[in-house]
Amino acid sequence: MILKEASMTIAFPKPDQAVLARRREIIEGLGRLVASEALIVSEDERRAFETDGLTAYRQMPLAVVLPSTTQEVSAVMRFCHDHGVKVVPRGAGTSLCGGAIPQEDAIVLGVAKMNRVLDVSFEGRTARVQAGITNLGISQAVAHEGFFYAPDPSSQLACTIAGNIAMNSGGAHCLKYGVTTNNLLGVTLVMLDGTVVEIGGEHLDAAGYDILGLVCGSEGQLGVVTEAVVRILRAAEGARPALFGFEKAEDAGACVAAIIGAGIIPVALEYMDKPAIQICEAFAHAGYPLDVEAMLIVEVEGSDQEIDDMLRRIVTIAEPFRPKTMKVSQSEAESAAIWKGRKSAFGATGRVADYICMDGTIPTGQLPYVLRRIDEIVKSYGLGVANVFHAGDGNLHPLVMFNTHVPGEMEKAEKAGEDILKLCVEVGGCLTGEHGVGIEKRDLMTYQFNPVDLEQQMRVRGVFDPGWLLNPAKVFPLEGRFAA
Amino acid sequence: MTTHTPRDEQEASIIIRDAAATGTLLNVSGNGTKAPMGRPNQTDASISSAAMSGITLYEPAELVISARSGTPVLEVMRVLAAKGQELPFEPMDYRSLLGTKGDPTIGAIAAMNISGPRRIMAGAARDSLIGVRFVNGRGEVVKSGGRVMKNVTGLDLVKLMAGSWGTLGFLTEVTFKVLPKPERMATLVIRGLDDSQAIEALSIALGSPFDVTGAAHLPDRDRRGGSTLIRLEGFRVSVDYRMNELKRLFKRFRFMDILEGVGAEALWQSVRDASVLTDHAQRAIWRVSTTPTKGPDLAAHVAQSLDAQWFYDWGGGLVWISTPADGDAGASVLREATKTYGGHATLVRAPAEVRSTLDVFEPQSDALMTLTRGIKTSFDPAGILNPGRMYAGI
Repeated sequence: MILKEASMTIAFPKPDQAVLARRREIIEGLGRLVASEALIVSEDERRAFETDGLTAYRQMPLAVVLPSTTQEVSAVMRFCHDHGVKVVPRGAGTSLCGGAIPQEDAIVLGVAKMNRVLDVSFEGRTARVQAGITNLGISQAVAHEGFFYAPDPSSQLACTIAGNIAMNSGGAHCLKYGVTTNNLLGVTLVMLDGTVVEIGGEHLDAAGYDILGLVCGSEGQLGVVTEAVVRILRAAEGARPALFGFEKAEDAGACVAAIIGAGIIPVALEYMDKPAIQICEAFAHAGYPLDVEAMLIVEVEGSDQEIDDMLRRIVTIAEPFRPKTMKVSQSEAESAAIWKGRKSAFGATGRVADYICMDGTIPTGQLPYVLRRIDEIVKSYGLGVANVFHAGDGNLHPLVMFNTHVPGEMEKAEKAGEDILKLCVEVGGCLTGEHGVGIEKRDLMTYQFNPVDLEQQMRVRGVFDPGWLLNPAKVFPLEGRFAA
Repeated sequence: MTTHTPRDEQEASIIIRDAAATGTLLNVSGNGTKAPMGRPNQTDASISSAAMSGITLYEPAELVISARSGTPVLEVMRVLAAKGQELPFEPMDYRSLLGTKGDPTIGAIAAMNISGPRRIMAGAARDSLIGVRFVNGRGEVVKSGGRVMKNVTGLDLVKLMAGSWGTLGFLTEVTFKVLPKPERMATLVIRGLDDSQAIEALSIALGSPFDVTGAAHLPDRDRRGGSTLIRLEGFRVSVDYRMNELKRLFKRFRFMDILEGVGAEALWQSVRDASVLTDHAQRAIWRVSTTPTKGPDLAAHVAQSLDAQWFYDWGGGLVWISTPADGDAGASVLREATKTYGGHATLVRAPAEVRSTLDVFEPQSDALMTLTRGIKTSFDPAGILNPGRMYAGI
């Protein structure tokens, strides 16, 4: 559901009036650098770029530029650098933390037009792509040889690899395959002053300081990635999920610990609580048990015989926790339905309520305690919550539900979300496991980091963008910023 | 020369703050087992993590371990093994190659991003490193990352610390993601392949769905053939199945063995530690990361101008090369080779006088060097931490 009334609890810096006053001149300047169809200036067309996946917040950008080449990106960046114009980089605009939300005095620089596969080496197991290609687009381009690109965020149909790199995106299968940073070998990075830097390549472990690792997850504050070299992997022969339903969250949590304790790393280990099960089942008809408090989806990979062996082990491990339901998928169709339910959790929740999706990570040992506290927190605001998350790595996604037509509910949901994230930090976890900080968690950074930690990060940021022109409203609290 | 051995991060902070104030250049180290690596640098004093030892957190069910930076790697491994777990990236032990003694520290594994054969499957040390605490060149105690394995909060300074060789900060505590130790390991050995045939076979194995965790080729001295090693790990049933599939995949090769047990472990250890090359104690050793399919061309290129010996790990993507240690130890040839075939070469072993006159690490582009310089300054404005250890002026 799109929210019409932005509540704007999160502040944006005041737009630079001098830049707003020069809008025409800036647009003319940009027009000399890119083809006319690559420059979007009309209000109607710009509106498509005023928000991203965090739709409660929106800001109309000065203009939108959609370059087709690294050279064009470089020219636009240099122009903005020379003229003091802020730049908000954008992939597909699916960020859930507002990472791609513009500012009135900024241009949006979108890479979505640069979406080609440039080179694939199946022998070397790498693909060189333009950064605007979708996540799924990479997998599709290599699927004919049985390969895939591993990180699989729920938005993989739409989200770009540029955005994945900016956010260091994860997915449901990162327990085995890692997140973006573990699957990235190189990038072409355009710096704000227009310099094009090649980092890494078709080999493992880039030389020198791990600038590749720094750029990954930097949320568009260090430069714009126009090309990437990613690892592609041969897909397993098969995969099969099993469902386990438990009467108590504690049992599900203990079962997760027991599986890992037995030396088994399933390719996915997903948790859903009762509200999430009901919402998803109503939407996807996945055959989820409706009479349990908690459900695990455990997926293993390999040949049929390996899968049988592994699932047998997992069933044996689960039994002492008295699951009410144990169901091993018997067909491709059943497997697809099980995953459809999980992967549509956000969309399905959106059909029954407005919600905000949190993304904190906790030490998995704290799971039962944290779930109990989340329930208490949300109830104290008079709201409801559905929990879906990656149980193997403790990355929570509580969906705090509210009704946007009830005045004050959205603010309450935001407050509840804040309390949940503080709780995650309190128990030894972090504010965001895979969605990023963006504007959403910006003002909570001081809960996780002390001033010295943040200053060191800002000093590094200052090396790349001393003038705070690149995606400047994000990640760092607006107070106390500095460059060097 | 004063050697500081702080007992905790507060003491380290005071030592480094004082050094920054007085412009005292500090050699940053653990137990010094890798001291003969990198560029030799001139320092006024040293700071070592030797007195900062001990595991601070270990949660087997959460697959996470934290240790003070001076904790011996072997202790970390022992504690993990007691719970059937291990460091996923199989860190190399440089002692045999460098002829050093002492206990390598877990901090150095992070600081130098040290991995081994399983890197190709499980990632490098930097991929398992999820949290650090360190003292920067201002004497400030900084943390980044944490103890949870999915964390994208703020800039990833953990990655910058990994592989920065103590030039950005003095690590005080490191946290790694760990994995269960596999129940069984088996290695398929194909004999008689030349370099290109071997790398082709390794590419096929790595491009198969059979989760290969080690892919090395050890050429024979006469260069007519060698041993091509393909390692599988996991549960017994699974390793059996995949080994059969691999054999079927390679049925055209006549000479194949399966190696298991202590002998196989020793073999992989000699690949991991590059001790395959250490009978040449006087020779220089290069470590080259390149495009896997280009490994044989790169080695052939080097062999054209130098009396070289080599072997491959990472399916051809890691080439260990020994060259005569005199002159530039082969640097000009190696640099030309990486320029042609991609990747980067590090001079791992050579006499100090050789290492002090040439680039030990691959020279970087001007743009990257500018960033490198900026990053160094942002952590260590006075330039007191391990100055010049990686690059001149850094």
